[in-house]
Amino acid sequence: MPATRAATHNGRLADALTDTTNDAAGSTGIAQRLVQAVAGQVRNRVPTADLDERDPDFIREALPGLWLLASLYFRGEVRGLGNIPEDGPVLLVGNHSGGNVTPDTGVFILAFSTYFGVERRFHQLAHNLVLSMPGLGFLRRFGTVAASPENAERALRSGAALLVYPGGDYEVHRPSWERNRVDFAGRRGFVRLALEHDVPIVPVVSIGGQETALFLSRGEGLSRLFGLDRLFRLKVLPISLSLPWGLNVGDMLGHLPLPAKITIEVLPAIHLRDQFGGDPDVDEVYDHVTRTMQETLDALASERRLPVLG
Amino acid sequence: MRVGAQIDVAAPPELVWAFVTDPTRTLHFMAGVTRWEVASDRDRGLGARYRTLMRVGSAEVGGLVETVEYEEPCDLAWTSVTGLDQRGRWRLRPSGPNRTRVELRLSYGVAGAGIPGWVAEQVAAPTVRGNLRRSLLELRRQVEHEQARRRAAARRAAAQRPA
Repeated sequence: MPATRAATHNGRLADALTDTTNDAAGSTGIAQRLVQAVAGQVRNRVPTADLDERDPDFIREALPGLWLLASLYFRGEVRGLGNIPEDGPVLLVGNHSGGNVTPDTGVFILAFSTYFGVERRFHQLAHNLVLSMPGLGFLRRFGTVAASPENAERALRSGAALLVYPGGDYEVHRPSWERNRVDFAGRRGFVRLALEHDVPIVPVVSIGGQETALFLSRGEGLSRLFGLDRLFRLKVLPISLSLPWGLNVGDMLGHLPLPAKITIEVLPAIHLRDQFGGDPDVDEVYDHVTRTMQETLDALASERRLPVLG
Repeated sequence: MRVGAQIDVAAPPELVWAFVTDPTRTLHFMAGVTRWEVASDRDRGLGARYRTLMRVGSAEVGGLVETVEYEEPCDLAWTSVTGLDQRGRWRLRPSGPNRTRVELRLSYGVAGAGIPGWVAEQVAAPTVRGNLRRSLLELRRQVEHEQARRRAAARRAAAQRPA
């Protein structure tokens, strides 16, 4: 973020806090400085998107381990992979669950890579924080790149299948009692992206990820208070009960997910111009995609007898 | 990892061969196999290629395979071109008058996957072995049914022939 924007933002935060006690204001100031320092580090660590970092040989050799995890721990089940066009660029749009540890993504990467082969280009967009986290550099070898319109365009232009989670951090930290709800927070960028590149949208609906911990709150107020939305593009500072931390604020170090059964259903491809005419209305397409995904999620939820066990 | 299964079928090797080499029949008797599509100009014989998938655990695994041995009516072997490393073989041998011993072998793994790869092979083995066994049972049912159908057709033709 440019320094002037950060300064303006900090000024606003300071104004908002004028009615608090001096001690409280002082501790908040320290917290802000700490957050800014971390933000600087994170910005430096966010790798520039290099699609060539995807390493098919690495993916191939990692698949058995991923298969063990997906099959034995999460009892993953992926249906409808045949709905994904056999070749060419495609935008896979998923609902996102599981906090900062998202088992549904791992299960889907495994299923896609074994079904189409590691030779087919497949990229995933992830939050900057995920890619800058120490120890998660291997994700880039799986084809994960930082979420930005430029990276998405680059991936689609290269002919890749691209997995996006429009709900992002907002959806992934929704409370557990909203686990069976598709919530993209009105983000319509994926529709514009698909229209611009004239690629089909394939909805990918998953269930089970939000049962891997007890998610209590997104903590949107806390995020605003610390300016995380400006500094890290983080709309949330989630609060959950999870292993091994107990009360987990921020989920920055991840957590040990409960072995919830993950079920994923891939829906038929939506060819926007065939279905909505030559100049589709973005809102109409957005409503159609989210409604279709919600109906599928409802159906998957009705199949589940018990949380976690599935 | 190598798994295999065998069974005796009350039919001549030629009839069993007709079943195992016909890619349009494969999905009808191969348990767990979700895809067996021809991916070459020729649909059978040396060099014929197929896109194959078998559901094992959370994934459908397989890849592009190529026929590398085709000796009528006794041996057919394939090996992987992409995807999971695999080598499979149909081995048909006469086991008596009008009987065939059918053996199906499959070796699979992922080179370079290390310990997780070895563990995954062991964990997957019961499922794969079960799929091979069920495939052979279904193959026997279909082949013997076809054998019975052909005999009945021959009997009807003989009965209709003028004396």
